[in-house]
Amino acid sequence: MMRTRALSLLFLPFSLLVQAGSEKIDSPRDAFFGEALFYASQDEWFDAISRLDTELKLHHGVDEPQLDQLHYYVNDAEFSVGDFELSYRVHRQAGRAIKAVIEGNVEPEVRNEAIYRLAKIYFQKEQNLNAFHAIERVEGDLPEGLEDDLDYLKGQIYMVNGRFEAAEKIFKSLSGSDEYEGYAGFNQGLSQIAQGSVKAAGLTLDSVGRLNSDDRAVLAMKDRANLTLGSRLMDAGEPQAATQFLERVRLDGPYSNRALLGLGWASASFDDYEKALVPWTILSQRHVTDPAVQNALLGVPYAYGKLGLFGKAALGYGHALSMMNAELDRLDASIASIREGNFLEALVREEIKLDRNWVIKLRELPETPETYYLMDLMASHDFQSSLQNYFDLEQLRKKLERWVDDYAAFEDVIDLRRRYYEPLLPAIDEQFRKLDSLINLRLEQRDRIDRRLQAMLVAPRPDFLATSQERLMMRAIEAAESTDVARSEDGQRRINRLKGVLTWQWETEYHERLTTTFEHLIELDKDIARLNEIYNSFVRTRQAATQSYQGYDQQITHMRQKTERAQATVKTLMLRQGRMLEMMAIDELQKRSQQLEVAQVKARFALAESYDRATMKKSGISSEGMAQQDKPSSEPPTPDQRTPDQRSPGLQQEDAVQPDAAQSDADKLNKPQPDSAKPAAAEVESPITEPPLVEPTQAAAAERGVL
Amino acid sequence: MLNVVKVLLLLCAASVALPGLAAEVSKEQIKGLDEQVQDIKSDVLAISTELNLLEEKLLFPSNTQVSLFISLAADDDFQLDAAEIEVDGKLVAHHIYSFKEQEALRDGGLQRIYTGNVRNGEHLIKVGFKGKSALGNKFTEVADYTFSKGVGPGFVEIKLIESAIGSNGIEFSDR
Repeated sequence: MMRTRALSLLFLPFSLLVQAGSEKIDSPRDAFFGEALFYASQDEWFDAISRLDTELKLHHGVDEPQLDQLHYYVNDAEFSVGDFELSYRVHRQAGRAIKAVIEGNVEPEVRNEAIYRLAKIYFQKEQNLNAFHAIERVEGDLPEGLEDDLDYLKGQIYMVNGRFEAAEKIFKSLSGSDEYEGYAGFNQGLSQIAQGSVKAAGLTLDSVGRLNSDDRAVLAMKDRANLTLGSRLMDAGEPQAATQFLERVRLDGPYSNRALLGLGWASASFDDYEKALVPWTILSQRHVTDPAVQNALLGVPYAYGKLGLFGKAALGYGHALSMMNAELDRLDASIASIREGNFLEALVREEIKLDRNWVIKLRELPETPETYYLMDLMASHDFQSSLQNYFDLEQLRKKLERWVDDYAAFEDVIDLRRRYYEPLLPAIDEQFRKLDSLINLRLEQRDRIDRRLQAMLVAPRPDFLATSQERLMMRAIEAAESTDVARSEDGQRRINRLKGVLTWQWETEYHERLTTTFEHLIELDKDIARLNEIYNSFVRTRQAATQSYQGYDQQITHMRQKTERAQATVKTLMLRQGRMLEMMAIDELQKRSQQLEVAQVKARFALAESYDRATMKKSGISSEGMAQQDKPSSEPPTPDQRTPDQRSPGLQQEDAVQPDAAQSDADKLNKPQPDSAKPAAAEVESPITEPPLVEPTQAAAAERGVL
Repeated sequence: MLNVVKVLLLLCAASVALPGLAAEVSKEQIKGLDEQVQDIKSDVLAISTELNLLEEKLLFPSNTQVSLFISLAADDDFQLDAAEIEVDGKLVAHHIYSFKEQEALRDGGLQRIYTGNVRNGEHLIKVGFKGKSALGNKFTEVADYTFSKGVGPGFVEIKLIESAIGSNGIEFSDR
């Protein structure tokens, strides 16, 4: 959002209000700020931050920053750095940058936007109280376009701080917002549930569940609201009412598997196993890695068993067993593959990330079977942030590697320049010194002429403007005065006449000559200006020549050391982060293996029992008699109850208040099963006693099945 | 049969109770590592900034530096395929645009397509753009511009304006 704002600010053509002082300034945009935004628009945060940071450093280093173009955008630039840092997930640094803006002398809109960003950082880092205190500081005008974002964040923060009533009001006020269509309603419903207003929550979630939209994220929210309502009703023992909501969930959406499973259970709760077979059969044909599908694989033969079709049930259990065996083998292979490092190698493959849905592509790679199972894990916040860290570290590793080569190239350039300039410069300097003294002499001459002409404006001296020929003539006349010619009266008269002619010319032509002389001086000044230009250019070039190879050695050595230290740190962190990702992935796969093993045991047991029943039925023993013979196993094992994987990422906060989802299958098997015709709603979705928070991006990602 | 079931149940319970072979990753571990990653990112960003400054000083001193920027004023359907730039008759940049780059330009970003060194004085820039208009027509837009390089670093913005293609669709501005 802030990026958008920065862009919009930057490109208001020449009419931007800025905070340089409090003046209104029309100014062209700063090209390097624009360049940073070019990178930011492509999510290349490192380059965006680095470019803008460099520009800000240059700006703060110049003698007259007010003459720099960035002067007009400096606050926005500082702010954008914080924004980009946030996107690059260097939250601590971003927090510092944003706090500096808040404490600076800025307009209320800018300050409020900074507060919004800060509160968001706290919220993302689960510092809920800090987030609350931050968001409460918003006062005065809000930046245009940020109102809904701010309200939505405020609602979320209120929820995590237990202020459900206030949160409900905020989400209600956002009901007309295009951007938060679906999300606000869903969170409003959760706020109402948290307050115990179950009926109102039902109405709210129902309205979300009826939304009309083409937006896939909104459709995902719609599904989620229906699934939540359905699961709550199932839990409340109202499967009939739950059915209508579960049926609203799209068959190709991210929540469809859980809805289909729940629909089957809803029908089963009325002993309508034929109807239950419909959703379960659909579900059982989906990919077996999903726990809901595993449940359906057991659910289908279970329903057949209930319908007395024991032979078909036995075949169904057999099919489930073979599917599970195959998947277990695949899981073992995946775990081995991860341990061999293939998972991390696959993750950093560049060609995959060129595709927007690269995670989907990843799961299609034949050589990385492990990735197939990790879609849910990849959608989790912890895994995502760890994965992103791994990508970032990989990017840093490549950059640092390239920089080390750059330093070597810089040193080569410097060495070449040194070898070129050092032999040349002494001779050039010598020649320059000579020219320099000549130039100084000429400049002094010019100044003397200028002073004399200025004086002549006050005290005219026509003789100063005599031509060289006139001077020679005057000199000859004066020389004649000291000869015998001047002693005669006639000679003296002639000399005087000649003098008079010259003096007449000087006096009568004085003004004209003075003007011409000034014009010549102006022409001379032009030449002198050109001379000065050449002189300065030479000085600059001379300085540049020296500066092109002097004074870099220490800096490059220092930077190389820092780069090498950073390389070592990145290497260590990559190993640790990679190991952590592998551990998370293996853990996930092992959980799935364990679930499958449990289901496998059940399927084996059920298979045996179905065969027994089928055999007994064939030999004419009634099911009643059968039940009397073997009472404890009179009910075939039901499909698994709710497993952690069934829950959506956004609902994971429920874990704290729900009966442990992994109150596991073992317990269920050890205890007598509840009436299998009365399924627990938890199979579909647990009641929400603590509200989950819904981020648009999460739901969108869940919808697309990508990160 | 009952005994078999009991054995199976015990086995099943045992398999669930077994600890995972991989150790669980705790929230604290994730957070701790994340903070270290944040630190190294900050360090590398600082090195990058320092390197940018060094590069600018060493390779493109301000008295000879010239940078050419591309910007775009176009609608979403407009497609910019490539740009080619000559300075004083010498080809200095040729760029094929990715989808993301086109989006970034449409969003108002400026692409620095070339940074180099030239002497003070006048220089001729020739620019050519190729692409497809919103109506699907292919176009080639060419223009040239003479800019004067002064003592300070020179910047030239080359703006392609969709609405003016075919009649002076490239606008230059420099400082």
